Amino acid sequence: MIEVVNINKSFDGNDVLKDISAIFKKGNTNLIIGQSGSGKTVFLKSLVGLHEVDSGEILYDGRNFNRMSRKEKKLIRQEIGMLFQGSALFDSLTVEENVRFPLDMFTEMSLRDRRDRANFCLKRVNLENVNHLYPSEISGGMQKRVAIARAIALNPKYLFCDEPNSGLDPRTSIVIDELIQEITKEYNITTIINTHDMNSVLGIGEHIIFIYQGEKYWEGSNKEILKSTNKELNDFIFASKFFKKIKEDGGFV
Amino acid sequence: MRVLFHFGRYAIFLKRVFGKPQKHKIFLNQIIREMDALGLSSVGIVAIISFFMGAVITLQTAYNVEMPLIPRYTIGLAARDSILLEFSSTIVSLILAGKVGSHIASEIGTMRVTEQIDVLDIMGINSASFLVLPKVVALVVLNPFLVLMSMGIGIFGGWMAGSVTGEVPSAEFIYGIQYAFIPFYVTYSLIKAVVFAFLITTISGYWGYYTTGGSLEVGRSSTKAVVVSSVQILLFNLILTQLLLA
Ligand SMILES: Nc1ncnc2c1ncn2[C@@H]1O[C@H](COP(=O)(O)OP(=O)(O)O)[C@@H](O)[C@H]1O
Ligand SMILES: [Mg+2]
Repeated sequence: MIEVVNINKSFDGNDVLKDISAIFKKGNTNLIIGQSGSGKTVFLKSLVGLHEVDSGEILYDGRNFNRMSRKEKKLIRQEIGMLFQGSALFDSLTVEENVRFPLDMFTEMSLRDRRDRANFCLKRVNLENVNHLYPSEISGGMQKRVAIARAIALNPKYLFCDEPNSGLDPRTSIVIDELIQEITKEYNITTIINTHDMNSVLGIGEHIIFIYQGEKYWEGSNKEILKSTNKELNDFIFASKFFKKIKEDGGFV
Repeated sequence: MRVLFHFGRYAIFLKRVFGKPQKHKIFLNQIIREMDALGLSSVGIVAIISFFMGAVITLQTAYNVEMPLIPRYTIGLAARDSILLEFSSTIVSLILAGKVGSHIASEIGTMRVTEQIDVLDIMGINSASFLVLPKVVALVVLNPFLVLMSMGIGIFGGWMAGSVTGEVPSAEFIYGIQYAFIPFYVTYSLIKAVVFAFLITTISGYWGYYTTGGSLEVGRSSTKAVVVSSVQILLFNLILTQLLLA
């Protein structure tokens, strides 16, 4: 479980996150939704310490991230897996080396064990026979899956995904979403996903937080979201003609 | 103001670069890979440039010393001292600033804008050290060898040019390059080679590491890296000359 209490973050006087509080449960796919520029990426990066928050607390299963020593932070980092918007695979390493990288850096396992673990993770994301290819030689959807495999290599307790299906076609997006959800359940991970994709919202949005201009405007689940009367949220959801039409037709059956 | 800002941030960056490596075995492998990527791949261009540089220095000296009273071997001597003192270390380093500097800045800059550096940071790896330190060590170790090689090839180029044109007979040139040889000139150049290698790798690493934006900015960082490290090489050349030879 991750608990966020009143966090604020600004860049040169520009308030990007305003007093956001939330609780993200274990084994759940928690979604942060909002328009581009609303602060989703900054929120995620603040949680993991890539940005330092100006005020507020971040608790990882009760452990206060901001008050940790460097050493403690380093240890907790190994419990975190993160999936970046553009996959962020290391260009100079092969697929297998990318997945093995965290194991190479942080474990004393033998090469054989590390390779086995890497292969296991690759298999988990349904990738086989691509071990020796470089990231530039595989498709965007495959790159995302390699990035997931790398993120779960060290058996994380927490998984962060920044727009996991940006740049993917709708079908591949669904595959990636479902994969993330399955892994979350299977290993009982606390997962937080940034997205502006309504398909993901309805598909895997067990717990959703809507951010508007850096503020939390709405919180709920995919069962409730279409019924919400929050104006900003409605503007966001029904910006798409498709969803607007569905609403006019009386919603999903 | 900008200069002060960059200087301060560069100092902080250096402190991080010299952090302890996470895994020594991986660090050693990285150094070997960087030696190959930065140093060995530059052997060809260094050799070609040194050869022509030596040839031109010799011929120009020869054409400028046409008085019959001055013995021909002094041309070998003058060419040797120019190459040992100045040309090999400074010119080779300036070439490397262009070739290696842009390579480092664009590689690290691309890693920054595609969030590969964030991946390292989030794992708790000191990304500045992980990415830059192997390059610093590799070039600091290899640059003196490149400079030594350049000296040898430069003098060879001079001998060849002198002999082929008949301006400086072979025996005279060879006598000249041995005449009044001061070994410290070589030491002096090797010290410069080490300092310049440090400047090139850390300055280019700095510009790459703090890239923000996209591919356009990566290109900009790469240009900055080359310009700033070249200027610093020239500046430090002056400082070191004053310190070591005055
Ligand atoms: N490193 C930074 N420095 C200054 N401003 C930033 C930085 N990162 C993000 N911002 C600003 O924060 C706001 C939110 O950005 P972001 O979190 O990337 O939005 P989203 O991910 O929701 O599209 C934007 O206005 C952006 O310009
Ligand atoms: Mg974003």
